Amino acid sequence: MSFDVDVTRRLGERQLGAAFTTGDGLTVLFGPSGAGKTSTLNMIAGLLRPDWGHVRVDGETLFDAAARIDVPVERRRIGYVFQEPRLFPHKRVRANLLYGRHDAGRALAFDETIGFLGIGHLLDRWPRSLSGGEARRVAIGRALLANPRFLLLDEPLSSLDRGRREEIMRAIEHIRDMLKLPVLMVTHDPEEAERLGTQVVRL
Amino acid sequence: MELSLILTPTEWEIVALSLKVAATAMVVTLPIGFGFAWVLARGQFPGKVLLDGLVHLPLVLPPVVTGWVLLLAFGPHGPIGGWLQGWFGVTVLFRWTGAAIAAGVMALPLMVRAIRLSIEAVDRRLESAARTLGAGPWRTFWSVTLPLSMPGVLAGAVLGFARSIGEFGATITFVSNVPGETRTLPLAIYSALQLPNGDAEVLRLALVSVALAFGALIASELLARRSGRGMHVL
Repeated sequence: MSFDVDVTRRLGERQLGAAFTTGDGLTVLFGPSGAGKTSTLNMIAGLLRPDWGHVRVDGETLFDAAARIDVPVERRRIGYVFQEPRLFPHKRVRANLLYGRHDAGRALAFDETIGFLGIGHLLDRWPRSLSGGEARRVAIGRALLANPRFLLLDEPLSSLDRGRREEIMRAIEHIRDMLKLPVLMVTHDPEEAERLGTQVVRL
Repeated sequence: MELSLILTPTEWEIVALSLKVAATAMVVTLPIGFGFAWVLARGQFPGKVLLDGLVHLPLVLPPVVTGWVLLLAFGPHGPIGGWLQGWFGVTVLFRWTGAAIAAGVMALPLMVRAIRLSIEAVDRRLESAARTLGAGPWRTFWSVTLPLSMPGVLAGAVLGFARSIGEFGATITFVSNVPGETRTLPLAIYSALQLPNGDAEVLRLALVSVALAFGALIASELLARRSGRGMHVL
């Protein structure tokens, strides 16, 4: 089992939350806008504290309200690709990619990662000079190179044209099939859910 | 009347003293100002409005009043002055260190404003991105928040430096007008104005003041502009 999530959080008038367990592979969190998909990712990442519930990944508890466990964000070893790339504007692409890199364990090889993402020619560029698709791929590379235990993708294909979407989809398939990293991906597009998801969770 | 634009040795000493006072004031006030700016930008606590007002008080208070308050605090029987005297046997009264304190206090509001704005302008989503990449709060601060707010910090420092160079009212009230010790540029100009033949000195020192202040303003403006250039791309 990869993800075992059961969280609720009150935000203003609304009660947000999700409860699901998943197997290996890529799990799509599918639902309309405003269903609380991003909030759920933030709660799994530790950026938003759930009022109640638990988050377990591969048997390890990251959050458990009853047991008072709340692992700090920086020690959860997540690879989070946000809806916006969130690249550090004062660092070049190379420094962005290496920001989360630790020499511990079986970290992905740098060359291999920039190779399958096709971002080798961008290393000396500043983030502001990248196109939307390029920035998205650099953000995915940065998350992967931090040697995460699992990957959170928040609408990784939104606001990209058809060609760019295809590139990113291939990269995600590579992560799912070759790197075999557990992935939780948020989308509201049925086509993406169908093509990429090993399983689909509806919110 | 013969008008020379060449500074006399005494006037050079006045300029050097002013730079020393202003530079010391900046070095000491910058971390304090950053601390205040940080708390005001990020903190949420009761009494925040009060702290905000207190920090900005020197900006709106008559400088003479600020100088008088400093005199009370740092005087031999004041809470800070008594402590300095008792533990270290030092006083800042009539000393250039006192002039630096007055300059620092007067510059603080300007610095805090500039730094606070730049901290508030930092995209906090970048900080959460850093956290997910394994950076703890300190590394996030040093590698993301501080570099991104640096242009504002530098602009605030330059602006505060210029303000310190021009400090008059609080200084003369607090540490008087002692030649070679607390007689900075504005105080020297004021003194020269009292002399029958002081016109040439006034002109020379005034020109130096204009040059220093103008240079600082330009530098501050350039730094502030840099902060707006390509730094907010997401």
